Amino acid sequence: METKNIMIVGVGGQGTLLTSRILGGIAMASGYDVKLSEVHGMAQRGGSVVTFVRYGESVAEPIVEEGCADVIIAFERLEAKRYAHFLKKDGVMIINDQRIDPITVVTGAATYPEGIIEELQKDNKVFTVNAMEEAKKLGNSKVFNIIVLGIAAKHMDYSKEQWLQVIENTVPPKTIEINKKAFEIGYEM
Amino acid sequence: MSKKKIMLGNEAIARGAYEAGVKVSAAYPGTPSTEISENIVKYNEIYAEWSPNEKVAMEVAIGASISGVRAMASMKHVGVNVASDPLYTIAYGGVNGGLVLVAADDPGLYSSQNEQDTRCVARAAQVPVLEPSDSQEAKDFMKYAFEYSEKYDTPVIVRTTTRLSHSQGPVTLEERAEVEDKVYERNVAKYVMMPGNAKNRHVFVEQRLKDMAEDGVNMPINRVEYNDKKIGFITSGIAYQYVKEACPNASVCKLGLVHPLPRKMIEEFAKNVETLYIFEELEPVIEEQVKSWGIKCIGKEIFTVQGEYSANMIREKVLGETLELKAPSTVPARPPILCPGCPHRSVFSVLKKLGIHAAGDIGCYTLGAVAPLSVVDTTVCMGASISTLHGMEKAKGKDYIKNWVAVIGDSTFMHTGVNSLMNMVYNKSTGTVMILDNSTTGMTGHQDHAATGKTLMGEPTNAINIYNLCKAIGVEHVVEVNAFDIDALAKIVKEETAREEVSVIITKSPCVLLKSNVFPNKCVAIPEKCKKCGACLKPGCPALTKNEDGTIKIDETMCNACGLCKTLCKFDAIEEVAK
Ligand SMILES: Cc1ncc(C[n+]2csc(CCOP(=O)(O)OP(=O)(O)O)c2C)c(N)n1
Ligand code: SF4
Ligand code: SF4
Repeated sequence: METKNIMIVGVGGQGTLLTSRILGGIAMASGYDVKLSEVHGMAQRGGSVVTFVRYGESVAEPIVEEGCADVIIAFERLEAKRYAHFLKKDGVMIINDQRIDPITVVTGAATYPEGIIEELQKDNKVFTVNAMEEAKKLGNSKVFNIIVLGIAAKHMDYSKEQWLQVIENTVPPKTIEINKKAFEIGYEM
Repeated sequence: MSKKKIMLGNEAIARGAYEAGVKVSAAYPGTPSTEISENIVKYNEIYAEWSPNEKVAMEVAIGASISGVRAMASMKHVGVNVASDPLYTIAYGGVNGGLVLVAADDPGLYSSQNEQDTRCVARAAQVPVLEPSDSQEAKDFMKYAFEYSEKYDTPVIVRTTTRLSHSQGPVTLEERAEVEDKVYERNVAKYVMMPGNAKNRHVFVEQRLKDMAEDGVNMPINRVEYNDKKIGFITSGIAYQYVKEACPNASVCKLGLVHPLPRKMIEEFAKNVETLYIFEELEPVIEEQVKSWGIKCIGKEIFTVQGEYSANMIREKVLGETLELKAPSTVPARPPILCPGCPHRSVFSVLKKLGIHAAGDIGCYTLGAVAPLSVVDTTVCMGASISTLHGMEKAKGKDYIKNWVAVIGDSTFMHTGVNSLMNMVYNKSTGTVMILDNSTTGMTGHQDHAATGKTLMGEPTNAINIYNLCKAIGVEHVVEVNAFDIDALAKIVKEETAREEVSVIITKSPCVLLKSNVFPNKCVAIPEKCKKCGACLKPGCPALTKNEDGTIKIDETMCNACGLCKTLCKFDAIEEVAK
């Protein structure tokens, strides 16, 4: 099997680390070699963050290089656009249709681009979801990232049961049920 | 049965320390090294502490080693500068129980003020360096490091980088070695570094490096992988993975010991390959030595000294491939910012209004340098805010700093800031120091420190009282104020900057990300009352934006109800309500 390259992009504080850990956990549980690369520290303070997950028979480098991503999971529109050039030709993008203004937009130094999703759809296979809305309906806006993961899960080769098991093993015990529900919502979409 | 677990590089380093039988670990937080201690503390067999700074941490580890146990210190690359005084000399004295310093470099500057290469420090200090290239090796190399430390009577540096420390990969777990404590025997010639003793030890140090270079040929951490001999790479650390990714069929000399270099192994390898590349991130440390032995090789002529490397770099520069890459889109930058509800934002909004410049320091509050706050003018290293302000005054006179303050965090003040404050008192400064006390080391992910009342191991302890500390040093005028009481704060800042004596203002309010911080309320905007004056928007809270019609709106998932925007609104258009 060729090494699979997954990226999770978003804004610091959106829970990219938890998502990448679930992805790492499921690859490991399925007997693959796996490497993950995360961002800690300064960038997490509301900055642009990207994490990489690679799995396959044998994985050397922990990063996904430009033009090589099979799947990009984007938690925010602008971040989807920022990293779109990492996607390979037939790659898939799952975008949480949310807008978070960077400080450069808030101060008026830059403008938030319009029509990001339409533009990305021209060249790429794109799925969108307003996961924040869905998560609020569930009663916990924080699990929006797991809803997005549920959608992405359909583009990877693991069974639903495997996913639910790894979620159970990875998230804090008190939040297992709601995270599982969130995953199913995304998965059934 | 061996167990496999996926581990962060730093988690694996901690595991390696555990398996190596380490008993004492001291550190000061710093990205990308922090998670080493945060994982070590999970092993009950190890005493682990946050020391106030890296010099102290290094010395704690040295003391533990002299007493006969395996001990370590961990820190980020710039922390090694702070710890370099004890490091350079214990390099002469050597060890009793194994002594390891884990230093975390930051190529690419993800979270640092410079891009220095610890291998350069290690060469100057004559300390050997091991460099792992994945999580498994991170664990294994820790064990080798302790073994070599005791075998060669030397402190050993294990060098990691951000990419390695913050990547995860599978690791096979093993049992902890039961290492017997070494007997302590008084040995002045070795442990008292006065000139006569140091002279002798220097001779020992030179020989030690020669021995290690010689033995390096047979060390399992150094290896040669012969494949196609047209291209050969000498590489180490994470860079090795990029080589394997881009050129799985090339020959590789993979160094685990990067100082001193196993010269014979390298010479032999160079003879056997047609074109030799040195692929090392940051400084040409290996390359310059290899070239000095008269070996032809290619390194920094084509590879940069800046930032991180990648497999694509090899594909382009070595294999001559033209990569058909899409150009990245031009999108607005998203730099890091202070959290919604951060007390630093409140303090800076006051300073901005008063037109005050800040000699800054390192921490979340460094973000006070960027728009829209734009208050911090300088940032050098931890503790420098106070001393640079003092230097300005001594250069230009006391009137020059009337519209200046030094701004420093509580953790940074305990790190080295307190020394600079002593200098202000001693050398008759008239400056104003603001200690932004948010009860934590925020920037690096909320670690306790000497003034928080809790140890790394989670035990309650004496909390050094910063107010009393400043008083005890001899600062007459020390004022405490709530960071969100902007009227009181403005008044105090005006008074204290006008005063012709050194003074300290301690602004207090906990970091909003502290787990102990609970927010029962949220602030909501009442658009009908909003006059679109923009006063609340000035401090740049990310939870506040405008509706299409120009009135304000608050993102309730982000707002932490600090109330700053509410205080700034003259028209009661923002209300605090229960969540
Ligand atoms: C010598 C050195 N050690 C460690 C660091 C990493 N570091 C950056 S800021 C900081 C401390 C921040 O804490 P504090 O001063 O309380 O400010 P806060 O981030 O909480 O606002 C640390 C440990 C560093 N930059 N330099
Ligand atoms: S982590 Fe704490 S100190 Fe740092 S920006 Fe956020 S609220 Fe402020
Ligand atoms: S109260 Fe206002 S300034 Fe404070 S976090 Fe909420 S929106 Fe931001």
